[in-house]
Amino acid sequence: MQLARVIGDIVATRKDDNLAGITLLVVQPLNADRQPAGRPIVAVDAVGAGVGEYVFFVRGKEASFPFYPAEPPVDAGVVGIVDHWDLG
Amino acid sequence: MLIAKIVGTVVATRKDPRLVSSTLLVARPIDPRGKATEAGYLVAVDTVDAGVGETVLIVSGSSARMASGLKDCPVDAAVVGIIDAVEITE
Repeated sequence: MQLARVIGDIVATRKDDNLAGITLLVVQPLNADRQPAGRPIVAVDAVGAGVGEYVFFVRGKEASFPFYPAEPPVDAGVVGIVDHWDLG
Repeated sequence: MLIAKIVGTVVATRKDPRLVSSTLLVARPIDPRGKATEAGYLVAVDTVDAGVGETVLIVSGSSARMASGLKDCPVDAAVVGIIDAVEITE
């Protein structure tokens, strides 16, 4: 999983049937100093995250697991909202 | 998933039998603010009737096979949505 910040969302009317009702977020991956690391990607929301929140997301087919038994075609998904994190 | 702009189509007569009747599109990944990224061009299978010039959502890797009609197809990128708007608030 990777830490990220939600920076926006996406509106798409015409999409795969299995994506209906799923929120699409734009997330910016972060490094340990909370600075942007790499380019933003689109991730589905499985936990009710909103713009501005720190989250962690999973990549790959596992991103569809929170929606089981549906199998939406997704390769990145927010699976947790971060309350805070500490670096020893 | 990636945001991309459809810039063309691919015609291929000889291909894997499971790709027969699939539409193959050439897509250029862009960042959420609309700028082209340095990542080159992708060939993606269309599942939502996207056309040249449209901004789309592309799923890649093994998840592409979960798109409608692509079960067990040899693909690693599929167009699964046509994007109406990207709202960046930060």
